[in-house]
Amino acid sequence: MTQQSEYAKPLPRPSELSRPFWDALKDGGLRLQRCGPCDRFVFYPRTLCPYCMGQELDWAPLSGRGKVYTYTVVRRAMIPAFQADAPYVFAIVELDEGPRVPTNIVNCALEDVKVDMPVQATYDDVTAEITLLKFEPA
Amino acid sequence: MTLKRSAAITGIGELKPTGSAEGKTTLGIWTDVSRQAVLDAGLTLPDIDGLLIAPPITEAVAMWPAILGEYINVHPKYGDVVDLGGASATAMVWRAAAAIDAGLCRAVLCVSGEASDIESFYAPRARKPAAQLPYREFEVPYGPMGVNSGYAQIAMRHMHEYGTTSRQLAKVAADQRTNANANPDALFFDKPLTVDDVLDSRLIVDPLHLYEIVRPCTGGAAMVVVSPELAKESSQRPAWLLGAGEASRGAMLSQMANITTSPIVESAAAAFEMAGVEPRDMDLASVYDCYTITVLITLEDAGFCEKGRGGPFVEEHDLTYKGDLPVNTHGGQLSFGQPGLAGGTSHVTEAVRQLQGRAGERQVTGCELAFVNGNGGILSEQASLVLGTE
Ligand SMILES: [Zn+2]
Repeated sequence: MTQQSEYAKPLPRPSELSRPFWDALKDGGLRLQRCGPCDRFVFYPRTLCPYCMGQELDWAPLSGRGKVYTYTVVRRAMIPAFQADAPYVFAIVELDEGPRVPTNIVNCALEDVKVDMPVQATYDDVTAEITLLKFEPA
Repeated sequence: MTLKRSAAITGIGELKPTGSAEGKTTLGIWTDVSRQAVLDAGLTLPDIDGLLIAPPITEAVAMWPAILGEYINVHPKYGDVVDLGGASATAMVWRAAAAIDAGLCRAVLCVSGEASDIESFYAPRARKPAAQLPYREFEVPYGPMGVNSGYAQIAMRHMHEYGTTSRQLAKVAADQRTNANANPDALFFDKPLTVDDVLDSRLIVDPLHLYEIVRPCTGGAAMVVVSPELAKESSQRPAWLLGAGEASRGAMLSQMANITTSPIVESAAAAFEMAGVEPRDMDLASVYDCYTITVLITLEDAGFCEKGRGGPFVEEHDLTYKGDLPVNTHGGQLSFGQPGLAGGTSHVTEAVRQLQGRAGERQVTGCELAFVNGNGGILSEQASLVLGTE
């Protein structure tokens, strides 16, 4: 509870649809919906597959490995609660299984972050309820 | 179907942007620019039978056409809000033409702008949060800097794929400032800016420096789009709509297949095809410039140069009003200012001025054809126009 009251940044509010994603992160793993008919992973969670209109979406585990598709260093935060962290890396990681996810690159010096750099998932328990998906050099 | 010569812009109204609201209200700004534009077109407010509004970014209100219509005594047969971000202005122009072409109306007033400043623009929006927007659930927890970080990520990837440099991007800002220095109505009219000034300014979101990012401000702009019959009666030289195209690809950068190529590839191609002209025929490119990288990618994707060659292209060409490819002769939003969605309108009003031969010191000699592009979101929404004197 103490931890939660100290965390001032915006938190996701998991929905019934997205709950398995957030629960998996809390358990230290990455799961996304995978479409039965077309066998593609889907991010973010949806009620239909954007590739084939299919609705048979089952949750499946991913490796947690990927590479930096692109990134920026935010030096002036727009959301005040992030300012204490600035400069920080706000990135998009392309997972080995295909989907791209917005994230932060952590445990890496700013100048060492590069496009296409291999990374692996790390799970940041920011509150008792919420774990965020971040990445560090692989 | 074609919209070629289905309508023309005959009147424009625009305020010189100011850093803060200075007592102005959004509705008051819209009223001022509407009056200017209607008078400029040689019409009166009751002649207006279509009303399109690009809504303010920092104020959430429903039913804007009724509110403005009541205030200025315009009661349209065709009214709507066009909410495509920075593409709203160019999108309004072709929607107006389509409505006129369909016989719905014959004089459409298109309005944009707002009373805003840096603080209100960047303030956490005091709106009821739509809790389950994917952006809010899956991106905001990681600390994006609004769309700034999105364009920074695009620029970073463009540099990686094509070797584009910060110096090349800075050239865009410097050339546009030269244009603004010849435009007394630009926010940064009296402030010169060199490539080195841009590179020496603070990094805000790598690789973008302060002077590569638009300045939110207060202002507004309106346009009157009329039928060919009204255009021929106009006292102004009409700026004819020759071509239009629109394309979009969603909101979040992580969802886009290729972030360094924009839907301008489709929207510009459609506009040029309808007009029956090519990029090399253009006397002016008046293209959305929320950031330096936006201009570079627009020139590539609209076909002014080969994909990926935008960096060398802007280095090799003089983009000022005196140059071989005049781009954003009003200064662009980077130097003119970004008064909400009227920032997008500024690219249209400038093209109209140039085509009408009333751009003053910065007049492009023999300006007969202009390419205008509106861009909304993070290269999300694109509406492209070709305007011409004939
Ligand atoms: Zn599918």
